[in-house]
Amino acid sequence: MDSFYTIIFYVFSFIAIYIQIFFLVTFLDKRKTIKWSPLKLDLNYYPTVTIAVPIYNEEKTIIKTVQSLLSLDYPKDKLKIFLVDDGSKDNSWNTVQIFKDNPSIILLQKENGGKHTAINLALEKTDSEFFACLDSDSFVHNQALKRILKYFENDPKTMAVVPSILIYNPRSIIQVIQKVEYDMAIYTKKTLGMMGGMQTTPGPLSTFRRKVFEELGPYRKAHNTEDQEMALRMQEHGYKIDYCPDAYVYTNAPHSVAKLYRQRVRWIYGFIKNMIDYRRILFKRKYGSVALFTLPSGIVAIFGIIFIFITLFYNIIKFIINKYIEFQTMGFNHLFRFDYKFEWFFVSTKAVLFFSIVLYILVIVSLLIGRKLSTGKASFSFSMFYYIIIFSVIAPFWMLRAIYNAIFSKESNWTFERRVTDN
Amino acid sequence: MHQHEPNDWKKYVIVLFITSTIFISGLWISNYLNSKKINQVRNIEDKISLDLMSSETQFDLFQEISCKDISSTVLSSELNSLAAKISYSENNIGVKNVDVISLKKYYSLLEIKDYLLMKKITERCGKKSAFILYFYGNDDCKDCTKQGYVLNTLSETYPNLRVYSFDYNLDLSALRAMISIYKVPKDLPAIVVDGKVYSSFNSTEDIEKLIPDVVKAKLIEDKKKALLESSKISGEKTSTPDKVKNDTLN
Repeated sequence: MDSFYTIIFYVFSFIAIYIQIFFLVTFLDKRKTIKWSPLKLDLNYYPTVTIAVPIYNEEKTIIKTVQSLLSLDYPKDKLKIFLVDDGSKDNSWNTVQIFKDNPSIILLQKENGGKHTAINLALEKTDSEFFACLDSDSFVHNQALKRILKYFENDPKTMAVVPSILIYNPRSIIQVIQKVEYDMAIYTKKTLGMMGGMQTTPGPLSTFRRKVFEELGPYRKAHNTEDQEMALRMQEHGYKIDYCPDAYVYTNAPHSVAKLYRQRVRWIYGFIKNMIDYRRILFKRKYGSVALFTLPSGIVAIFGIIFIFITLFYNIIKFIINKYIEFQTMGFNHLFRFDYKFEWFFVSTKAVLFFSIVLYILVIVSLLIGRKLSTGKASFSFSMFYYIIIFSVIAPFWMLRAIYNAIFSKESNWTFERRVTDN
Repeated sequence: MHQHEPNDWKKYVIVLFITSTIFISGLWISNYLNSKKINQVRNIEDKISLDLMSSETQFDLFQEISCKDISSTVLSSELNSLAAKISYSENNIGVKNVDVISLKKYYSLLEIKDYLLMKKITERCGKKSAFILYFYGNDDCKDCTKQGYVLNTLSETYPNLRVYSFDYNLDLSALRAMISIYKVPKDLPAIVVDGKVYSSFNSTEDIEKLIPDVVKAKLIEDKKKALLESSKISGEKTSTPDKVKNDTLN
């Protein structure tokens, strides 16, 4: 049994180290290609842009979201903002009426049908050259759009650009550790962008050339992760998706474990289901990095984390049973005898420990690079350790739940309402 | 027509090479440190073996010297720390590792030799010592963990008690001979006290009943210590009270 565990551990460690080094090598190889925009950026040509904001029960944040869009540094006559109320039950529709006289803003209302239907409605009603969407709980940096469009200007083959998503005003410990995670994502996503392996075009301000939708069709219902389906569809057809690290979008992150749990179950569930839907591209050379690297890495990450968790759980249970036997045999006082004397002999020299250390070092390097990309300084912070510890403990739960849901086809009945309030 | 950029196979191979190097280094380092540990244990065993031979020789010469000159604590402390190290190596390096099994065999042999020698010394010098031979199994022995706790605590409580643990399934001819001499059944855990086998779990109280001399000696020792303590506290500079002296002599 022990050797079986060891072999599985070796396999997971090998693949995990491979993935981390692959990221690092790609990043180091291409880091000089990262272009940081000057404070005042000018485009050669200002194309027409539509930004669709699907709204469902977001009366509290929608004003701020729209105001951030209105303060974008972009010619007003070239920018259209579609506020699409997807049948909100709260006061969202009335709230957005304050923008009804703004020439840049178009208000639309429809029956509830899900986020993708709201975006598609805006898509139908616009013919601008570029199309972006923004979740109604996110706020944009005023230079974000121009920085994104510069990527399109520099490379005509780029069909979509994903911005850097940062946590808006992180306060609770759960939000602070998500900030660490989002910072690291700047590094991983940029690297995926460099290798052409982006597997998602997330809700906050991912921007597309309009012809993407003309050629591939509009958004589709896809297990509450329509953003990911869109990206996979683009990858299947060889459309280039890039990542702009300094186009900042701030998003409200879940502030409690329960909300984070729900959000992540949805993400992982969506990932698994979308991957099953797109299994035809897995490991096929012609689909590039997403098929050979990104999706396989995702599968390994899910099973690896669950495996480590089960091993840890097994050891904890074994320890508790032993302590219980000790208590039963020798009584209560015996449990707290502490006559341990440190000796180097009793320090583990298992290869698995060595691999774990290497992996943790690589994760910390990723966190530091992410921090450097996000703040300009690669400094340590305690939140990095909280992140590693807390996520190691809670992530397996949402992964297990998502796998359970995927196996038993428990399509999350979280409607658009739940999706938005979860975030 | 859109197309992905060609796959960078060279990078896939380079990363495979780096990862393999890290992996092989990890295995090598682990192996190197494990072999150092095994050598450390082997050195301790060699030292104990030497001590044991020296004691045996002493014992052979013993007819000409007095009982008090013989060193009676050849193994005790070293044997315990060695047992802990071998048990740790079983977890860390592997129960089936050839080196670990060899260390364990050597250790068991040393235990048997120590047991035989100590028994002889005890008989000849009339010491109040007791010996427990403990047979355990690594697999499918639910009560072995419990028995281990009991025996550990007992050997810590009674200095004159010596516990020798043996892995019942170890392929060692001397051990097999001992198992057949004492007719130790497969029903583990099993202990042998004064040549009699007691199979299945035995509690602290059960075992204490089997070693009355050692328990009594400990009680007297405790009493003696307590009286010495109280006499120190009261500042009396008198010698050990007569009652305790008489008890000890008995």
